[in-house]
Amino acid sequence: MLLTLIDGQEPAPNVLALAHSLDLPVEAVLHVTSDGADADDADDVAGHLTDELAKQGVATLHLIRHELLAGYAPEAFGEALAQLVAHLRPAAVLAAGTDRGTEIMAHAAARARLPLATNCVAVTGGDPWLLTRARGGGMLLEEAELTAPVKLATVAQGAAAPADAQAVDNCAVREFVPELLPELARTRVVERTAGRGGITLATAPVIVSGGRGVGSAEGYAVLEELAALLGGAVGCSRVATNNGWRPHSDQVGLTGTKVAPDLYIACGISGATQHWVGCTDSKAILAVNTDPEAPMVARATYAVIGDVHEVLPAVVAEIRARSS
Amino acid sequence: MEILVCVKRVPAPGAKVPLSADSREIDTRHLGFTIGPHEECAVEEAVRLVAGHGGQVTVLAVGPPEAEEQLRYALAMGADRGVLVETGPAELDPEATAAAIAQAVHTVTDGAPPFDLVLFGDSSADAGHYQVGIRVAAELGLPIVGGIKGIEVGDGLRLRREVPDGAELYELPLPAAAAVREGLNLPRYPNLPGRLRARKASLRTIAFEPPVGGLRKLRLRQPADDRAETVLLGQGAAAAPAVVDVLEELGVV
Ligand SMILES: Cc1cc2nc3c(=O)[nH]c(=O)nc-3n(C[C@H](O)[C@H](O)[C@H](O)COP(=O)(O)OP(=O)(O)OC[C@H]3O[C@@H](n4cnc5c(N)ncnc54)[C@H](O)[C@@H]3O)c2cc1C
Repeated sequence: MLLTLIDGQEPAPNVLALAHSLDLPVEAVLHVTSDGADADDADDVAGHLTDELAKQGVATLHLIRHELLAGYAPEAFGEALAQLVAHLRPAAVLAAGTDRGTEIMAHAAARARLPLATNCVAVTGGDPWLLTRARGGGMLLEEAELTAPVKLATVAQGAAAPADAQAVDNCAVREFVPELLPELARTRVVERTAGRGGITLATAPVIVSGGRGVGSAEGYAVLEELAALLGGAVGCSRVATNNGWRPHSDQVGLTGTKVAPDLYIACGISGATQHWVGCTDSKAILAVNTDPEAPMVARATYAVIGDVHEVLPAVVAEIRARSS
Repeated sequence: MEILVCVKRVPAPGAKVPLSADSREIDTRHLGFTIGPHEECAVEEAVRLVAGHGGQVTVLAVGPPEAEEQLRYALAMGADRGVLVETGPAELDPEATAAAIAQAVHTVTDGAPPFDLVLFGDSSADAGHYQVGIRVAAELGLPIVGGIKGIEVGDGLRLRREVPDGAELYELPLPAAAAVREGLNLPRYPNLPGRLRARKASLRTIAFEPPVGGLRKLRLRQPADDRAETVLLGQGAAAAPAVVDVLEELGVV
């Protein structure tokens, strides 16, 4: 049997697809609190989930229930999962390679003293597993062998197309109550603040991104102007961040944000791999660069060879001319 | 305040990551190396915390002898002591790396004050296993939260991290650990006195025989690059009409 970790209200399609490809019965696990009103909410979520899971060919949902599992507490979630694993002895546990999915799995792996393969894009079952995982945010792929009594892995975002799983009649709920020491709640979220809303790098349909070629903090004014006209956001390279031209929250790439807009406009950005992995999922890329040999130009969908500060003002003027 | 920062020596390739002939490793013969950007922020934060609260910063790297370069860089940024856990040229799996760090922590705190705070990068820039900090913290019995972009020290530790729909705040009792992300601060460039001090500083070297972990790397390969040929829209300002045609075609204007 193979367990899939559910974090949130829906099973992750890429995790279920990979799980079903391994020819083992697939079950699911969800952490819920036994505390007060939140416990009722959790039962609502579980009720909705079982319908969805049955459609996706999952016949059992394990609910790990404990009062310390209110809100989010990484250590308690990980320890609880490790205890369920010890109890059920599944062949494997798969989770989404999100920040939280990875965090819970790493805590569980550390406590169960099991290896963990993160960001897998493909797995061939058997013993050992042969797997392919993304390194450096996708800069390279690594083929590796995973040898363990229970195989723990996270699935890279976007990996594996959703499979057409054979639906089952119903998904039964099994409760599991872990033994958790109160001190495990020491890492618990004490306060949550909502985002500022508005357009972010993660949601913007267009990103106008600037690198060293923009030349200065003031040089971004024309990128801001174009982004505003297109209902988009401004991004940047690490050189811009390191020079103090832009805040790090604008940085696209390996150690910044991974983006996937309809259009990514890369202005004065050379296209180093660490930047490229952050924008490669864009539907289209337009490079504006003085250097026709720049890697970003070679890999972009469209390119203009020229100075950012000549090309962008002309594009802004053209858009305004056409809309008036 | 005694702070330990764990840093990794990682290659800094350009537009493509070159591979060795047998595809087992990155061909680093022509590459520079750096401290992972997340860990560089961890060093900066530690140096600032110690400037405000007193104490010492120890930096630790697990890796080949050449990782001395990254330790000296961290010393030049203002760290006080460097520890190299020498494990040879082969890449370790994350369980072995964590075991090396945990053992080294026991060694360097033997007869010395324990660490109040242990900092890691959220994930290494090359292998990206996302778990070494958590494994070390579990081994040392320390609470840990990852993805941290804000640290405040008071009676305990206040840690802030960004999540898809906002931010989360954690309050941990000390001693504690945190895995941080770039953006926590803007790391300084080492100044000349710092560099001179770092060059002369002596590093402590600890040998470690890595255990064999359950995750074994077989080979590396480049991801497929199946993008079509670039469409050139023109040169300079004259390309603007062609650019706006494309924007209209894509439905983004
Ligand atoms: C571990 C690690 C992690 C990293 N993470 C990231 C990351 O998350 N994000 C990131 O971006 N980088 C990251 N980097 C840095 C990365 O390797 C590059 O150094 C960086 O992306 C280069 O930024 P750039 O393209 O702006 O600058 P450069 O590489 O210097 O390129 C500038 C480009 O601008 C062009 N240009 C110059 N003047 C003009 C002009 N007037 N008009 C038009 N074009 C012009 C040039 O032809 C050139 O192509 C990381 C590096 C390492 C080692």
